[in-house]
Amino acid sequence: MLKCSLDKINLIFAEISKTAKLYLPVDDIDKSAVYKKWEVGMNWSDALNTVRSPKDFFFPQMENLMEFKTEGKNIEVIDTRSETEDFVIFGVRACDVKSFEILDRVFLAEPVDSYYASRREKGIIVSTACSKPAETCFCKTFGISPEEPLGDVSTWKTENEIFFKANTKKGEALLEKIKAFTEDCDKSAVNEQKEKICRVTSKLPLKDLTTDAFGGGKTENFFDNPAWDELSQACLGCGTCTFVCPTCQCYDIKDFNTGNGVIRFRCWDSCMYSDFTKMAHGNNRLTQKERFRQRFMHKLVYYPENNEGVFSCVGCGRCLAKCPISMNIVKVMKKIGGSDK
Amino acid sequence: MQKITQNQLIDKAVSLLENGSVSAVLGWHKGEFGYDVTPAVFKTKEDLKENFVYSDFCGVNFSKYLVSKTDRFDGKILVFLKPCDTYSFNQLLTEHRFDREKVYAVGIPCEGMADISKIKNITGEGISEIKEDGQNLLVTTIYEDKPVSVPVNDVLLERCVNCKSKKHVAYDELLGEEGDVIDSQRFDEVAKIEAMTPDERFEFWQNELSRCIRCNACRDACPACTCEKCVFDNPSSGVENKAPANSFEEKMFHIIRAYHVAGRCTDCGECSRVCPQNIPLHLLNRKFIKDMNEFYGEYQAGEDVGSRAPLVDYTQDDLEPGEVFDRRDTDA
Repeated sequence: MLKCSLDKINLIFAEISKTAKLYLPVDDIDKSAVYKKWEVGMNWSDALNTVRSPKDFFFPQMENLMEFKTEGKNIEVIDTRSETEDFVIFGVRACDVKSFEILDRVFLAEPVDSYYASRREKGIIVSTACSKPAETCFCKTFGISPEEPLGDVSTWKTENEIFFKANTKKGEALLEKIKAFTEDCDKSAVNEQKEKICRVTSKLPLKDLTTDAFGGGKTENFFDNPAWDELSQACLGCGTCTFVCPTCQCYDIKDFNTGNGVIRFRCWDSCMYSDFTKMAHGNNRLTQKERFRQRFMHKLVYYPENNEGVFSCVGCGRCLAKCPISMNIVKVMKKIGGSDK
Repeated sequence: MQKITQNQLIDKAVSLLENGSVSAVLGWHKGEFGYDVTPAVFKTKEDLKENFVYSDFCGVNFSKYLVSKTDRFDGKILVFLKPCDTYSFNQLLTEHRFDREKVYAVGIPCEGMADISKIKNITGEGISEIKEDGQNLLVTTIYEDKPVSVPVNDVLLERCVNCKSKKHVAYDELLGEEGDVIDSQRFDEVAKIEAMTPDERFEFWQNELSRCIRCNACRDACPACTCEKCVFDNPSSGVENKAPANSFEEKMFHIIRAYHVAGRCTDCGECSRVCPQNIPLHLLNRKFIKDMNEFYGEYQAGEDVGSRAPLVDYTQDDLEPGEVFDRRDTDA
């Protein structure tokens, strides 16, 4: 276990930035937090979490996959990828660290998505324990410990100090780089901090939410539940929940006509959108109720069915905070999972 | 002004349901934390008594829901409308977007709705309970033993800070007292942006719009955006896009949307209220409203049903395009 005074944190950021791009949550113009590349003069945000999740680093909202250029009867295929450089994401919360594992199960399964894989390989994740969770937090429902965040390096922030623990080889190498700014210490302060966090999480309003009713193989239990009508009735069909979600992984691949060729790009898609998975025969989900149901069935039934029971929600609470009509996975779980009282 | 209470609204809804005047009620369903209310259709007395809420967090403009909901029920649907909502209500009627005969509109007075993010800037995260206490909100968090008292007036939604009218322009029945059209300061923010140099203005919008995640919430909440199929959702349109391909496209979506609703936007402020990135989108629309007022005389979309907006009307006194151009040199 290493520690350093928080006064010196910017020196550590400067040191890391010498060899890798460093991204961390900073205050945005609307007082919310956003991941930005660290530069001298920037300060680590005190906000609990960013509005956009860090999934952007591995699965960006838009990326060019390849380009085609035509000249006469020739078509040239161009690989537009540039070499990914080492980068560090600092201050990732336990929920978001877990979200990377959920994305990995999709993008790193055969056939491996090489675009995603190269960024995963080059990225180093430094997590930070949550000292002040919000009422919208429910990561414990999914077995995540906000007091014990994972990643390549785990950190804990107290009033004046920050504590570091390496979990992987990549993490050890990173801590080696900033050795001059840290000193060895025992675990007592961190243990105290963990206990403090546990006392807080035991008071969270969603602490009793469980996934007991859900899981793989339960499609029939929920698919025709009449409650979907009521739950989805006010849904606007916007993509907010899916775009702030750290685990939503659906994308579309589209061609942009440049006049003398095509840029093929991939961008996030949303099951809330009317043209989601539109095929030659048309669309297989004609109403918002069906689109809405798809999102929650995917997270609570279909994904666990294909991934050893792992749910594709991490309880970060972003959709709770951001849905324009305040409909969300918690309300769905309580209603159709039978604990709505 | 006497504040309308939740029980008054429930009583009204129950009596209209029971005497058969309406078959459904569009209202707010209680949430998990006291502020996260969801629009819902209520059909029974029991459901109303148990789940209907009316609080300082009922900002949602119900008018647009009438477009989809009025078709789904036999009989009338009861809708509660705040003054600003009634402007959208009229505008949608002007555009023939729902059947007026299928709606029973009850006007309710409004002193402004609260913005939860402004409350959290004061109390921090971890809200476990919010209680009304006269003009204040008593906010309890899991971190403090005692609730923090927050004056509602200090945490109003942007659109309520710049409220343009406490007067209802449409209703079948009014609860409480009628208010007046307010001489609001809503164009001051626009004037500030107009006073910028073109470079500063470009930077201002670049900074704001580059934060857009293209969730389309602004469009989907907007009562003026009721196209059955939006051009941006239509793969056959050639301009459909789910993500901005470049920084030009990033701005194009919002600017095209602002042009499309120009003259029809009532300045209800839903676009900015729902934006997950807090982009002040209403300023684009408000700029158009300000320009139209200056060029063609005062006009408020939704003030009545059926009047022609300046952009779809012609009078011999209309400004010539050249005059607009000349003004640009003197004003900006």
